[in-house]
Amino acid sequence: MRFGLNFWLGAALTALVVLAGVLAPWIAPFDPVLDADLMNSELPPDLTFWFGTDGQGRDVYSRILYGAQISLTVGIVSQVINSVIGVTLGMTAGFWGGWWDDLVNGLTNVMLAIPSLIFALAVMAVLGPGLPSLLIALGLTNWSWTCRIARSSTLSLKSQGYVQAAQTLGYADLRIMFTQILPNMMGPILVMATLGMGAAVLSEAALSFLGLGIQPPFPSWGSMLTDARQLIRIAPWVAVFPGLAIFLSVLGFNLLGDGLRDSLDPHMRTRKP
Amino acid sequence: MIAPLLDIRNLCLGVAAARSVHPLVKDLSFQIMPGEAYGLVGESGSGKSVTSLAVMGLLKKPLAVSGGEIKFKGENLLSLPKRAMRHLRGNRIAMIFQEPMTALNPLSTVGRQIAEMFVLHQGKGWNEASKLSVDALASVRVPNPDRRARNYPHQMSGGLRQRVMIAMALACNPDLLIADEPTTALDVTVQAEVLRLIKDLCKERGTAVLFISHDLGVIASVCQRVGVMYAGCLVEENDTRALFDDPRHDYTRGLLGALPRLGSRTQNNRQRLIDIDSIIADRSILTKTRFIAPRTLQEGRP
Amino acid sequence: MLRFTLRRLFQVVPTIIVVALLIFVIFSVVPGSFATSLFSDGKHAADPEVIARLNAEFGIDKPLADRFVDYVTNLAHFDLGTSFRTRLPVIDLIADRMGASLKLAVAAMVFAVLVGVPLGFLAALRPGSILDTVTMIGAVSGLSLPQFWLGLLLMYLFALQLNWLPSFGYGDGAFSNLVLPAVTLGVTPLALLARTTRAGVLDVLNADFIRTAHSKGMSETKVVRWHVASNALVLIVTTVGLQFGSLIGQAVVIEKLFAWPGIGSLLIDSVAVRDIPVVQGTILVIVLWFLLINTAVDLIYAAIDPRIKQE
Repeated sequence: MRFGLNFWLGAALTALVVLAGVLAPWIAPFDPVLDADLMNSELPPDLTFWFGTDGQGRDVYSRILYGAQISLTVGIVSQVINSVIGVTLGMTAGFWGGWWDDLVNGLTNVMLAIPSLIFALAVMAVLGPGLPSLLIALGLTNWSWTCRIARSSTLSLKSQGYVQAAQTLGYADLRIMFTQILPNMMGPILVMATLGMGAAVLSEAALSFLGLGIQPPFPSWGSMLTDARQLIRIAPWVAVFPGLAIFLSVLGFNLLGDGLRDSLDPHMRTRKP
Repeated sequence: MIAPLLDIRNLCLGVAAARSVHPLVKDLSFQIMPGEAYGLVGESGSGKSVTSLAVMGLLKKPLAVSGGEIKFKGENLLSLPKRAMRHLRGNRIAMIFQEPMTALNPLSTVGRQIAEMFVLHQGKGWNEASKLSVDALASVRVPNPDRRARNYPHQMSGGLRQRVMIAMALACNPDLLIADEPTTALDVTVQAEVLRLIKDLCKERGTAVLFISHDLGVIASVCQRVGVMYAGCLVEENDTRALFDDPRHDYTRGLLGALPRLGSRTQNNRQRLIDIDSIIADRSILTKTRFIAPRTLQEGRP
Repeated sequence: MLRFTLRRLFQVVPTIIVVALLIFVIFSVVPGSFATSLFSDGKHAADPEVIARLNAEFGIDKPLADRFVDYVTNLAHFDLGTSFRTRLPVIDLIADRMGASLKLAVAAMVFAVLVGVPLGFLAALRPGSILDTVTMIGAVSGLSLPQFWLGLLLMYLFALQLNWLPSFGYGDGAFSNLVLPAVTLGVTPLALLARTTRAGVLDVLNADFIRTAHSKGMSETKVVRWHVASNALVLIVTTVGLQFGSLIGQAVVIEKLFAWPGIGSLLIDSVAVRDIPVVQGTILVIVLWFLLINTAVDLIYAAIDPRIKQE
């Protein structure tokens, strides 16, 4: 499989984010929550505070590094939940058909009728703010697309010879689904999950910005932008860096997902982009 | 001596890939006389379709002509400016393709798509062109032409759609019709009708035909002269009857030998399909020989 | 066509009913309540008697089944309940702000279409060119931007530094107030439209019927005008429809950012104080709008593509 520019660029950016998050405890010059000296508040970027300081006197650079941990956690966990729900529902709906299929389809239609951010908002309103509720909310939001893809893949794979052979051999349905069908749709599912990571990070940022997601003083990039809004006149740099961090990581995930999609889709391989 | 309508001389075509040019058509030469039906036969990859695209000037990158001339009524099409070529296309040289299912715009009525020809090349207004397109549909023997003209392509069968294609192609009475496997995608029952239609219409209007096919039976029913292509080279050319009666080139013999024959039996009363590779001993020497027979003149007309 | 229209409109009904039920179910389990949130600033101790009285007033202490029956009967009368915070009917609160939200959403979409579609078109007609590369880079960037961040930056640049535009608020409804929020909201749909238009046009250009068109002797412009445009339109309309959903979602954030008096900012404010009737009502209205827009898109699609009506 040949990978294009999209993939490698995306992989590089993603790797950067992962490194930032993983190495944060060692390379961050300050503690993101505790090193808050009001004497140092709203300082522009200089040699001590590479990205400046925020309203509480905390080092923006350190907070950004630790923020990567939050973004990655949100991205990965939410997509794992999404994929599990989507694949399970979609695969079983496609394989068994009948009333279960109708039920899943109806549920998917309803989910697709609610804008995802609104749904996440509603769930957050019920569960209260914080990381665990956020993971649940985002995990419950975008599974419908994955479900659709899983279902249509299952429908087309179901009629393949080797699946029918397995059925005649008496293999249990679940075994067939997980050993024969699932491996063959991993490609598109993976692409959706990668692109979904970007969407999840953006949603988390929006929710935290609104005060409904990760609460201060935790260094979520989105909540850093809430403070930035108040300080925009006097300390505009506080707005620049967290947003840039979000932008670059989502760009990385998107490019990675696009690159994966381009390599996996046989149509794309024969046509020039 | 009447001048040939289409005169292809030493045509070389290739694919530009990486740093080299991979040849698809090598030193191809043949002529089509006015009003003549000429068949180009060969297997997939022999270069017959790209030749027709080259004549129409529809070659897309990375395919390109690397040498030779394509003379139409004395003019070399390869050196014509784009505008002049566009004027010829559809107007004096027309083409119909293999897949009628996808060859028409799904969002436009059939009548309108035929009418485009009159608007484009004869400067007619849309109203007049619509009337003319109904006439065109009638000429290709479509029943209820005025109702059909308001149909969309998906409302028509494959055979009907191919008739629409023929109507479009012959709308401006071109001198040359290029038909690239026009019946391959159609049902066998419909094939015969469409072939007869092409044959009759072209004879009526004196349109020359370049008929491309891999199917010898189809070629035999329409064409007066046949050229056999293999691996980008024209290996044999003869009048149709003569070619079938006395094939000279090994490849032609192979093609004819591989035709399934009704009623023939071999061992155990089972008919075995003979594949071409069992007839031809060595493919690599096939392009080394050529058998081009001169035209037999009939009543002063070739 | 009329039958098709009615059929599609009808399909909206079961979905909206299920959504209404879902909303009720979700919000019947909200921990804490409006009453407790009034005292949640920690400065006063929550007096249990006061809370109990407020809860009784709002009807939260009734058993679930009763509340459900109330909810359904109210909905049947198009009554979305009464706001805890302001004691006003929810439906009035929404109606006041509907206009502003619509204005913003429409302006953003118009901006996205007017810029995104032509860019995508041109990029497809000249693949591999500089315009194409720039458009594609721009598109993927636009899709990766946190919209509210862009809003902040634009606000900083155009309002605070250059003073060309007001930094927030609806003002007196002037166009200049609409510009920043609409552009901010429209960037993501713009990016997606540019990308999908480009892909769609490229697909059409590679189709067989375009080869037929060329073989008829049509010039490039005529091919585009007569054959490419209508076929690409189908994809564009579908994308616009799909985009409206996420647009409405994002509008909520942008409205809050720019203090735009729409349904979105109403929703956020109500969630913060747990004003449940307002939250339920706004979500229901938003979903209803989304479904209606989708139906409209389907109808436009059917009007363009004659193959759809056959089904």
